[in-house]
Amino acid sequence: MNRYQLSINAPVVLTQTGASITVIIHFSFFKGEVHTMKFAVLVNEGPYQHQASDSAYQFTRAALEKGHEIFRVFFYHDGVNNASRLTVPPQDDRHIVNRWSELAKQHNLDLVVCIAAAQRRGMLDENEAKRHGKDANNIAEGFRISGLGQLIEAGIQSERLVVFGD
Amino acid sequence: MEDEEGVVKKFLYLNRKAPYGSIYALESLEVVLIGAAFEQDVSLAFIDDGVYQLKKGQQTSVSTGIGVKDFSKTYRALEGYDVEKLYVDKKSLEERGLSTNDLLVDVEVLDDAQMAELMEQQDVVLSF
Amino acid sequence: MLHTVNKSPFDKNSLESCLRFARQGHSILLFEDGIYGAVTGTRFETLILDALKSYNIYVLVPDLEARGMRTDNVIEGIKATDYAGFVDLVEKNQTVQAWL
Repeated sequence: MNRYQLSINAPVVLTQTGASITVIIHFSFFKGEVHTMKFAVLVNEGPYQHQASDSAYQFTRAALEKGHEIFRVFFYHDGVNNASRLTVPPQDDRHIVNRWSELAKQHNLDLVVCIAAAQRRGMLDENEAKRHGKDANNIAEGFRISGLGQLIEAGIQSERLVVFGD
Repeated sequence: MEDEEGVVKKFLYLNRKAPYGSIYALESLEVVLIGAAFEQDVSLAFIDDGVYQLKKGQQTSVSTGIGVKDFSKTYRALEGYDVEKLYVDKKSLEERGLSTNDLLVDVEVLDDAQMAELMEQQDVVLSF
Repeated sequence: MLHTVNKSPFDKNSLESCLRFARQGHSILLFEDGIYGAVTGTRFETLILDALKSYNIYVLVPDLEARGMRTDNVIEGIKATDYAGFVDLVEKNQTVQAWL
């Protein structure tokens, strides 16, 4: 939720040679949070098995609500399983994968799944599946597979990196 | 693969888990290797059971022992990647009856205050 | 520096290790199973009371309540916070160190 403030400065200047009045009006828009920061999030565990993914999700949502930018959410170790398109969790509890997909869509988030960790655990997108001669792919909407360099880059480009794991 | 703006941050890899019982030791090492290409200021800290990752004499292979690939020599290869700052927690070594003679690479042993100082200097801490 | 501890002190030594390396004025957030270190009546209470002399310790209330505890079970001196507060803590501290 972004809060905006309108600020108007209107100095009045009277010139000597007439009755002209110059009014300068400055419009400034302020977001409710003055300090917007770039955060990176690392998720080391899979959905449901540990609370890591849930905590990361709640943290990410809270950060976005405060007007911060989430540079990237990187999924490593079993965290790659958060990208599975095939999960069918019980209907009366949270749908972890979909929650991430929806948040990503809503806020244009970059959800990155580590390729090496993904390959080990059988998480393949269409390209990867073709490349390795597999008969299926299973990456959910909003996630993309990429290299570990994306994690390091996130650490370099963001102002804060928060790790959720076990 | 150097960052365009030439930003160099201090990255600390925090290793506290034993090898083989879980994948954290191996996969964190993989981050270090890939990360090396970014020419950041990298340190590795081994604390608690993490010190076991550096134990000499690890013996296993895909076809023998526990049937798992031995990745311990990768720690020796780190130097070639310009990752040379390996720090081991003194207390963790001692309470496990280990000394630097038991380790397969050269490390700097730090006491609580020195390790705390190292941590204080870091920009990014990656825990696994 | 912000330290996060998400495991129970009865399960892992993460809290103890964290306290070994945290420095005067650092902040420590107890969340997930780490909240068990924040409640009164455990054998870790003295350790925490001592730690409070040097560090700002926070507990994540949603994790506390999920586990059947309430803020009046929390050791005096530990500050209650929520996810928004967690974000603020991250913002205010230069570096975040997770003790998993």
